[in-house]
Amino acid sequence: MELSQEDIAEIQRLLEASSYSELIVETARQRITLRRAGDGWIQETQSLTHPNYVSPLQDDPSSGAAQRSRAKVAATEDGLVNVFPPLPGTFYRAPKPGADPFVEVGSIVNADSVIGIIETMKLMNPARAGVAGTIVEICAANGQLMEEAEVLMRVRPQDGAPT
Amino acid sequence: MKIHRLLIANRGEIALRIIRTCRKLGIESVLAASEADLKSVPAKLAGMTVRLGNSAPAQSYLNIEHVIAAAREAKVQAIHPGYGFLSENVKLARACASAGIVFIGPDEQALEGVGDKLRAREHAVAAGLPVVPGGPVADADEAVALAKKIKFPVLIKAVGGGGGRGMKRVHEPAEMKHQAELAAAEAEAAFGDPRIYIERYVERGRHIEVQLLGDGRGEVVHLGTRDCSVQRRYQKLVEEAPAPNLDDKLRAAIHEAAIRFGKGLKYRGAGTVEFLVDDDRHEFYFLEMNARIQVEHPVTEAITGLDLIAEQIAIAEGEGLRFAQSEVAFSGHAIECRINAEDPLHDFRPSPGTVTTALFPAGPGIRVDTHIESGAVVPPFYDSLLAKIIAFGSDRNEALNRMRRALASTKIEGIETNISLHAALMNGNAFIQGGVHTSFFPGFLEAYLKTAGDRVLAGGVK
Repeated sequence: MELSQEDIAEIQRLLEASSYSELIVETARQRITLRRAGDGWIQETQSLTHPNYVSPLQDDPSSGAAQRSRAKVAATEDGLVNVFPPLPGTFYRAPKPGADPFVEVGSIVNADSVIGIIETMKLMNPARAGVAGTIVEICAANGQLMEEAEVLMRVRPQDGAPT
Repeated sequence: MKIHRLLIANRGEIALRIIRTCRKLGIESVLAASEADLKSVPAKLAGMTVRLGNSAPAQSYLNIEHVIAAAREAKVQAIHPGYGFLSENVKLARACASAGIVFIGPDEQALEGVGDKLRAREHAVAAGLPVVPGGPVADADEAVALAKKIKFPVLIKAVGGGGGRGMKRVHEPAEMKHQAELAAAEAEAAFGDPRIYIERYVERGRHIEVQLLGDGRGEVVHLGTRDCSVQRRYQKLVEEAPAPNLDDKLRAAIHEAAIRFGKGLKYRGAGTVEFLVDDDRHEFYFLEMNARIQVEHPVTEAITGLDLIAEQIAIAEGEGLRFAQSEVAFSGHAIECRINAEDPLHDFRPSPGTVTTALFPAGPGIRVDTHIESGAVVPPFYDSLLAKIIAFGSDRNEALNRMRRALASTKIEGIETNISLHAALMNGNAFIQGGVHTSFFPGFLEAYLKTAGDRVLAGGVK
């Protein structure tokens, strides 16, 4: 069985008239905690069941763990600067499909130059170089999911540019 | 035909919302989940879960072949598309028809008739509804000529668009060329259709919509108004039912216009007719029709006592309308706040991640529709809606008070949210008074950010 919102409201009405300040209801599916908070009540829900898959899941190399285990490019000993995405999301090299990429290896950029787009939650966010210099390596593929700590590109800073 | 097993081709709170009604009706729910959602709360609570594809929407929730394949694999009789994604896609409706699966939504004709915004305008005119002055334009020159005729400022809209995406406001002829080209390019990218049209921009307008249910044979009932004027960049933030401070005659005229539009299409299922209302002049204009269940449907459920998902299913089963207009009873007032994973203090920067704590309000008049619990992951691939908090009261004031308390006891940690922004909205004079215009929010936000900045300086917020 599962408690509906109406059931929870009913239980809460009963509690209101009582001296109890917390009630934990556990069903096969969910654990619901109702707790007094100031004038009102709060609820905290925890699902207890596991998904019941129609057919067994197969490991998909293009997703999940495989993507996350991709090596981070971190070395800066060679004087290069790593450019990270502003947010986790999907990386696009061009302003729209079919258009020329914002930058290529060899492109000269300044700190404000847009080097790509990160799509996060349906919003397009510009990724900027953050440093003036020359693009020496593009580490992320178009359409690739990027975590915040993963390197998009590497830039050789222009002489005297702060790194 | 009685539906025993149904596929939900959607995610997030609406997926869970549909699962709940299925359970109530004794229907087995099968969730079609992308890779990123395979372990989500809806996946845990659905009767069964089938893998729809990779995380990217184009490879899962927007992919018709995958949805039909999932429906076949799960041996369902019907597909509920929720909102967004493929919910108004005529190709999915057609693919369902050829696969012998019931599409829970309007017929193909209605989807085509309202999906193309210019055709929807024509339907509105044919049904005798006023439309905002404007029309189709082939290029920037035509747009300037028409804009001069209907007077600046104007809005550029995408013919294939909807949900406020791709809209541009233009104040003077010099901006037109650039904005029209930008709008056409964006429309092409987002909807695969570069056509644009323009409409006069009504500054002092309210966004008021009417919920309809139709049986597909010409019978249509309305379930009252919703006011969704609190918007940021054409995205709704707060909705309420009924629309407050609206003249009775004007409200009745809006209801009647919506019904006429729905009857003209012999509309089937749940749909919403959107209007721009100029309450100073007692005028209203047809904007568009949304041929799906909407995010804000719970406020209508709160004041009518109906379950709109259950009605959608009944209509899809061929039961038609289970009540007449005279049996629809309205009582009280309801307000909904959309809690999003975004940071208002940093230009609404999206905030995906893991929710470490999720405490929601409970109590009389409070409903929370959410797929979030402590430990839930908010992936970066989809929209930022985390939860809808709905407060109902015997009048607007009671609903407002309950909403304020509800927001104060909501606690979401691990990611950024817009809860404080909603709290400020519910305590602001303009919203308390009721009936704000769609141009209200930017000014409110400016003041909010200023005081929020002061609080930061004072060490009041992190």
